[in-house]
Amino acid sequence: MNPASIPRLAPGMRLREDKARGQWVVLGPERMFVPDAVALEVLRLLDGARSIDAMADDLAALYDAPRTEILADVLALLEDLHARGVVLA
Amino acid sequence: MTAGRGSIEAPLALLAELTHRCPLHCPYCSNPTALTGPGAELDTATWARVFREAAALGCLQVHLSGGEPTARRDIVALVAAASAAGLYTNLITAGVLLDAAKLAALAAAGLDHVQLSVQDAEPASADRIGGYAGGHARKLAAARLVTEAGLPLTLNAVVHRQNLDRLPALIALALDLGAGRLEVAHVQYYGWALANRDALLPGRDQLEAATRTVEAARRALSGRLVIDYVVPDYHAARPKSCMGGWGRRFLAVSPAGRVLPCHAAESLPGFDFPDVRQVSLRQAWEDSGAFARFRGTGWMPPPCRGCDRAEVDWGGCRCQAFALTGDAAATDPACAFSPHHALLASAVATAAASGEGFTYREPRRQP
Repeated sequence: MNPASIPRLAPGMRLREDKARGQWVVLGPERMFVPDAVALEVLRLLDGARSIDAMADDLAALYDAPRTEILADVLALLEDLHARGVVLA
Repeated sequence: MTAGRGSIEAPLALLAELTHRCPLHCPYCSNPTALTGPGAELDTATWARVFREAAALGCLQVHLSGGEPTARRDIVALVAAASAAGLYTNLITAGVLLDAAKLAALAAAGLDHVQLSVQDAEPASADRIGGYAGGHARKLAAARLVTEAGLPLTLNAVVHRQNLDRLPALIALALDLGAGRLEVAHVQYYGWALANRDALLPGRDQLEAATRTVEAARRALSGRLVIDYVVPDYHAARPKSCMGGWGRRFLAVSPAGRVLPCHAAESLPGFDFPDVRQVSLRQAWEDSGAFARFRGTGWMPPPCRGCDRAEVDWGGCRCQAFALTGDAAATDPACAFSPHHALLASAVATAAASGEGFTYREPRRQP
């Protein structure tokens, strides 16, 4: 995973709204987890076309925050999700 | 929308047992020993309503199972209905009835994931265990069709004394077939499997070798293959958290429409399980006496009552407690605190001295 990587959800993983509990969940085979607010924001940007660099641009503009910090946070988050089999690069 | 009345949490997943028809005859089948005939099965429209009600109740996933779910002529319509309801759809199949056209139709209908069972890594043994000549070769072909259809694949290997030594080959098979996940599930001994326990139950040494194999493979294959491992109760000191607790996380609907806290619950006496043709899934979950009977911790006898694990394992498995002690409200004998715990070691010793013959699963022939 590097800034030029184009991450996407791994096959079988789905981001869905859980209306009964008022949250969003990531669903996979016999698996589910509830992303925190930051992870949810990043997961929503995964479209199989956008690079991590581009995602950092969007989030830095959205939150008016330093881009280098955002990029480091997004990379760390996606690397964790990759290790858990949720995201592919 | 709320997540359920009062303290009753909403369920996370529905097990839809679409049919008890199956071309295989596995001697550890998890279906009840009294199998439902095709004439009593719910129709397409009723299942579609069940899926919508499950989603409205809070379920996020549906496991389409059986029997063999693809024995239903309307399986594509059922997947489409479950997917349209917003459920994550998982097809639990033996694979022998699948072809490329059917898989393409299932994928187009919104199927999210396929879980394919194998009986062994060695073809002759696999066919003998499944009671279906040529079945293993058809399963391997089906696995390749699943990945070619772009669907994620889990390989499910049910393991026992007669195939456990080939666990390394089963792991290699999962990799070769392109599975992202392997379930190594030791047989759970209810129903058909209980009738075949003497031929299936592994000894301690064999089990420990398998556990070491899984641990080593998990390290070696991290990031390539997820391995889930369900250990057998008969070698445990604490019971499993069966279904995550009765009426707490899961519900099942039988082919004939009975709403159950687990797929084996009809083996318990004295229950009148709700009929989905007469009540909604929400009424069954929130209002029925059957779901209330063992929900939470209030029903627990000692040694569960007051135990610091009461809300960890929820007293273990009610079906196992009944099958082994004759009392569905007893502490699961898998727990070392159960006064019946010695039954398990005695069953292991009996099995070690027993032969390998099976009583195969057959309709209209209870073991």
